[in-house]
Amino acid sequence: MIASLSLILLCQLVGEVAVRALAVPVPGPVVGLVLLLLLLLARDRFPVLARGPLGNDSVESVSRGMLANLSLLFIPAGVGVVQKLDLLAEHGTAILVILAVSVIVTLLATVATFVAASSLFSRDEEAP
Amino acid sequence: MSDNPFSLWVYLSQSPLLWLTVTLLTYAATDAVSLKTRRHPLANPVLHSLWIIGAFLLLTKTSYTTYFAGAQFVHFLLGPATVALAVPLYENRKRVAAAVLPMLVALTVGSLTAIVSVVLLARAFGLPRDVILSLAPKSVTAGVAMGISESLHADPSLTAVSVILTGIMGAIIVTPLMNFTGITDYRGRGFAAGIAAHGIGTARAFQVDEVAGVFAGIAMSLNALVTSLLVPLAVTYLLR
Repeated sequence: MIASLSLILLCQLVGEVAVRALAVPVPGPVVGLVLLLLLLLARDRFPVLARGPLGNDSVESVSRGMLANLSLLFIPAGVGVVQKLDLLAEHGTAILVILAVSVIVTLLATVATFVAASSLFSRDEEAP
Repeated sequence: MSDNPFSLWVYLSQSPLLWLTVTLLTYAATDAVSLKTRRHPLANPVLHSLWIIGAFLLLTKTSYTTYFAGAQFVHFLLGPATVALAVPLYENRKRVAAAVLPMLVALTVGSLTAIVSVVLLARAFGLPRDVILSLAPKSVTAGVAMGISESLHADPSLTAVSVILTGIMGAIIVTPLMNFTGITDYRGRGFAAGIAAHGIGTARAFQVDEVAGVFAGIAMSLNALVTSLLVPLAVTYLLR
């Protein structure tokens, strides 16, 4: 478990160093995600890599454990917001209504586009 | 035992131990309730943990800085958890590769809708310009949204509030809304949750279905990039 956690931290560390060195506007952990994905794909091609954290479902089970409790990780930042709710005082109701309507419209537009596009593209594949 | 109970409180309230324990215990309790109600949308563990801990801090007159000194150990794990998204992505790689085109189209439409809808609605409600600018990036993860808000000379703390509220509302509403539309494609449902409600929506998607979670995670990461490019453009055109 410690080796798997170290591998995850190492991927993030390399990601953070890379985005700072190259001054690209991408979050470091996202680069870390890509690195870990590449490592997992490389393991399938070169079985010699399947050891330590990359062997025996090790890094996979640690990652799944972390993602199963993803909600927990937003709580510390979220509590900061609870203490700033007075910012909403002046335009509170309007802002709440706007955010709620916007989130509903965005969910519907995204899912409708996704479903329409995937049926469109899969039809193209079936009828070449 | 200390002869003065007050000095014990002074020690505890200043140590990271108490606030880390409070965070984990509150989450464990709210998550247990959420499981007990079979992940009912209104039993969202983020929502209920926030007001419980918030009320506790207000009652004990504890500053957020003191609280965060303990809770930061949990907050830190957001970075590694983002890296960990590689694992479900890897396990579902065939499904993801097959859906690249629909994802790119939905990303463009979804990201634009999120920004344009909030800016137009806020203008219709007659909100002041700096409030509109602070609301515009509300659908991306807090760190990125606050950066965008800062670059527009808006109010990053109002942006943070709107990001968290958006995430919680999205996480609560996504399941009933999608069931209402009758859409059962969990790739699309998850992708929409990630676009509209960033990490809190992604956490919700993982509770419902692993495939939905994977697509939400991809949507959230891609949206962070697209939104930082689109918000400055959108506000220049829409708020002339």
